This record gives sequence, structure tokens and C-alpha cells, in this order.
Amino acid sequence: MNRTEKLVSTEEIRTPPSPNGRKTVPAAILKDPDSHLLQSGAGTASSRQRFNLLSLPLLRRLLTSRWPQLALTLLALAGFVLAILSGLVGTPVGSRSFAIIFVWIAWWALLMLVAVPFLGRAWCSVCPIPMPGEYLQRGAVLGPVEGKTGYGLGWRWPKALRNIWLQNAAFALVAVFSTVILTQPRLTSIILLVFLFAAIGASLLFERRAFCRYLCPVGGFIGLYSQFAPLEVRVIDSNVCAGHAEKTCYTGSQSGYGCPWQVFPLGLVKNTYCGMCMECLRTCPHENIAINLRAFGDDLSRTQHRRLDEVYKAFIMLGSALLYSAVLLGPWGALKAAAYSVLSLPWLAYAAVFLVVVLAVLPGIFLLAVWLGHRLARSTMRLKKAYTSLAYCLVPLGLAFWMAFSLSFVFANFSYLWRIISDPFGWGWNLFGTAGAAWQPYLMSYVPYAQAAILIAGLAWAGKTAKRTAEEALSSRPASLQAAPVVAFCLAITTGMLFLLVA
Amino acid sequence: MKKKLWLVVLIGLALGALSFAPLPLSLSQPSERTITIHARSYEYHPAVIRVNPGDTITFRLISEDVVHGIYIDGYDLSLEADPGQTSELVFTADRRGSFRLRCSVTCGALHPFMIGKLEVGPSQLFWRAALLGGFVSMAVLLISGLKREDP
Repeated sequence: MNRTEKLVSTEEIRTPPSPNGRKTVPAAILKDPDSHLLQSGAGTASSRQRFNLLSLPLLRRLLTSRWPQLALTLLALAGFVLAILSGLVGTPVGSRSFAIIFVWIAWWALLMLVAVPFLGRAWCSVCPIPMPGEYLQRGAVLGPVEGKTGYGLGWRWPKALRNIWLQNAAFALVAVFSTVILTQPRLTSIILLVFLFAAIGASLLFERRAFCRYLCPVGGFIGLYSQFAPLEVRVIDSNVCAGHAEKTCYTGSQSGYGCPWQVFPLGLVKNTYCGMCMECLRTCPHENIAINLRAFGDDLSRTQHRRLDEVYKAFIMLGSALLYSAVLLGPWGALKAAAYSVLSLPWLAYAAVFLVVVLAVLPGIFLLAVWLGHRLARSTMRLKKAYTSLAYCLVPLGLAFWMAFSLSFVFANFSYLWRIISDPFGWGWNLFGTAGAAWQPYLMSYVPYAQAAILIAGLAWAGKTAKRTAEEALSSRPASLQAAPVVAFCLAITTGMLFLLVA
Repeated sequence: MKKKLWLVVLIGLALGALSFAPLPLSLSQPSERTITIHARSYEYHPAVIRVNPGDTITFRLISEDVVHGIYIDGYDLSLEADPGQTSELVFTADRRGSFRLRCSVTCGALHPFMIGKLEVGPSQLFWRAALLGGFVSMAVLLISGLKREDP
């Protein structure tokens, strides 16, 4: 038994008092499947090539300091507040509203085309939504202050809800209203306010970032797709952690807070629940935390800790991208009208079809594909396990779907940004002389080619992931047979997406 | 190893062929066509317009409720029509493929999603991409299988 394995057998690790108030690492956290501590060697870099960005002294200083992060968060907060105000008191015309253009064009483009595929959960580290609640909870804006405590009850999140089912439900709920949310500034503001107050409430009731970890519908899919990103936070040497009795990365210290995401860094084997907040970097006295550059999709090469709630998130996201492409980017006016006329009979039919497709039809067809592969390969693996494992091939495919979908409306509508920068409320201002900028789609001759390339790359990655997953339990030929129907499913749905976007 | 190398070369050639080889195209003679498009409530009628490459097209846009417009992706052309009025745009469909028609005048909440489609001949991009997708799917299954079999 190595030192890591000894560590997890301990019921509770005694630690000195910390500014967070929590003085111990509960055994439940150590044994939490999300913490993955039971995996020997978890949290450390695998044998694959990695480059620790913290070996660059300037980057280490920038990431350890709280000021750059605070500056970016305040910048995002300013945009967030302006978006809320613009939606509430500004023009109701979406294409002239800062709320719509800033949130659904500028931020969305940055998130889906840059941040998530290349930086994983980096957005979460500067997201302004949990900021007020977190400051209240901590009683401080910058690092821990001795003797100063924040507000809140500090309850632990209920065990039965320690998964992303609530995030799945929240996303599905928002998704059926999305056509009005995307186009009505006031509704966009209300949604942002709901997120803000839910985050404050969660911070005052529960410990750490319960909203981000268990409720935020955006955080759910960012976490899922961050597995693809070429960036990760991991422990350098697990033995150093095993020998560190205080576990300040989880309990906190005078240098920083215990992990706000309730993750024990030693247990990290995938990016899904690491918010890249850098607190572990600040609290580790041994400089044993690395921020690694790695190959794309590295988390998907491991098949442990695959869960049904994450699988459903993948189906919801994949189906939503497909249906949004049909409704919003297709030429069918009746579909748009149905999606927009909330609570009418056509909308109820639209919402029902939407939910049935993403929650039952897609998962059902995928189940058939897995079952067929199971029979062809004569696999002895439990069908549920095969289903859960193979469904992770939808992570790169879903990300490709969302990137391709986003390209369409982002490049077509990006020029609205120049107008709303000068006139964020639509009140006739001209702050920077760009209020009269005409609408002009950018690069629309090239966008379909980029979409096709992204979708095919996503399909190739999905196929590779499915095959590799099957090979975990089977030899090569049966693995191909097991994966083939799943790859056929991916091909069929990708062809559908290609038809909607480039045909 | 040799087998794998050959496979990679073959796959590369096939990918190149699927991406760039000419596809069978329609041999229809170019003609002059006038297409009347009605715009109302965030949709165009007809929503999908099919023409032959080389056709000289006249778009007659009739707006039935508020001011609407049409911007043609790829052609970078646009026209606008006031309510009850008709506007015309004449152009030659000299670029093949599928192009989105977008409303170019803010016309209401769903304005950014008021979209139609102009198909100039069959969409080569779609068919090439679909074929590439099928080919890539097979290749992924085949290549990773060989990797395992390599001593």
C-alpha cells in the first residue's frame, strides 16, 4: 500500500484552524467519487507529455497574485452589471441592446470558441456571478484576513444532490425558453439576476461555491467540455501531498482559501469540477501544484469515474445544439414562431418535443447502438457500464456542435457590437463614434467551411474516443465491433448537423 | 508497420480526393429567372430558393408587415423593402453552393434569426463533408485497430 492509499483509509484528517472555518477534511470528501482520491496516483500528471506553465516565473507570479484575477473579475462584473441595467431600463430591441449583444454574441463567442475549447474552466475563475456571494461568505475580497469571518450557515451540500442532475434540469428548463431569452433584453437581465441571487443564496446557506458546483447551468456544460481542453490543474507529486498533514489546499491557510469547488487536488483526474480558481496554488506550501499544457482531450483517454449525470449532460447539450440549429438557423418560420410564443399551444408542443428528443430519443437511440455493439462484440461488460463509458465520445462531438452552431450567428451578428459599445442602452448616445455602424456580417463565405471542418474533427475525435473506450475492455476486433454502431450514431447525427448548417 | 504506412497513404489520398475531386454537376443551361419572395413575421416565402449556376436571377422582395431586407451570404448583396412595397435585385448566380439569406433590417425580436436559403446547384460542401465524415468514421475504427495489432 503506498502513501496515497494509506491516506484515504484515514477517517478524518486533523488540521490546524484555517480562515475558512473548516478545520478538517471530511472523510466523505476524500471518498467522494468526484475527488477520485481512491485512484492510486490520481491527481498527478500521467506519463503523457505535459508542460507545467508555472515553471515560467512570470506566469507563476501572475497566477499566484490575486490582483490580475480580481481585475478580470471586476471587468467582467462591470459588463455584467451594464448588461443587467441595459436589459432592464434600455431599449427592448435585442439587436440594439447591450444585454443581448454583450451576453449572447460577445461573451458567448469568447466562451464557446476560445475559452472552453482552449482554456477549459478558465472562465469560471473570473466569472462575476458567484463573486458577491463568495465575498459575503468569506468576509473579504482579497485573501484571508486573520480573525475575520464572513456570513452564512456553512452547511454541507446534501449528499443526494452531489451530482449535476440539478444543473441538467436547470439547463433543460432554460433551453426551452431560450428563443425568448436570446432575443428579449429584459428576460436576459432577469435570468442574470436569478443566477446572481441564487449564487448569493447558495453562498449564505452552504459552504464554498455550491452554486457553481451543483446549480449553475452554464458551469455544468463548461465542466463537461473542459475535459477536452489542453490545460489542467494537477498535483505534481502525490507523495508530497500524502506527507502533508494539514492539507491546506482543501482546508485553507493564511495564504488562501480551501478549494471553493470542494475538490481535493490530489484526487483530480479530470477537469470537470476544477474551477481553476488558483486557491490551491496559493495554499500549497510545497509548490506542488502544476498548471499543465497537455494534449487536447486528455481527460477522455481515461475511462474511470464516468457517470450517468454527466452522460445526460452530454445528451442535453448535443440535442440542444442540433435543435437550436434547426429552430434558430433554419429557414422554417413556423418553428421559430412556436419556440417564441411561450406558453402557447405551439410552444408547449415545441417544448415537449425538445425535451423528449434530448432526454429520451437521443439517449434511447444511443442505447440501441451500444446494445447492438454489445451483441456484435459478445462483450461481457454490463450494458449500463458500457453505455456510460461510451457516451463520453459525445463530449468532443458536442463541443464541435456548439462551436459550429456559434460560428453561424456570432460572425453574422458581431458587427452589432460596435453600435452597442457607443450606445449600450439604445438611448441615442454615441460615446465612441460607432453608434451609426451598419450591420455587416463577417467572413460568411468562409464560415460554412470552418463549420464543416470543426464538425468532422469532432466526429473523428468522437470515433477515436469510442474506440479507445471499447478497447479498455476488449481486444481490437471486438472493440471495433462494439464501437462501430456508436460511431455510426455519431456519423448520422453529424450529417444531420451538417445538413442544418452548411447544406 | 508497412501495412500501417500504406493505410495512412491510402487514407490521405482518399481524403484529398473527397475534398477536392470534382463532383458530378448538373448540366442545365443558364437562364433568366424572376423569384418573388414574400417576407413577414421572421420568415421568407419561399424559404428555400433553388437556382442553377449561371442563372441571372431577379429577386422581387415584397414585405408584408414591417420593413424587411435580404442579405445574401457569400454574394455580399442586399436589398430592402418597405411594407407593401416591392424591391428588386438582379444578380448572376455565379457562385455554387448553399447561401443563407438574412434579414438586413432590424424587424423585431427574432430579426437575427430571420433566415432563408439560396441553393445554387447542389451543395458540394455538404456532400463532400458528409462523405468525409463517413470516411473518417471508418478510418478511425480501422486505424486504431491496427495500432493495437502492431507488435
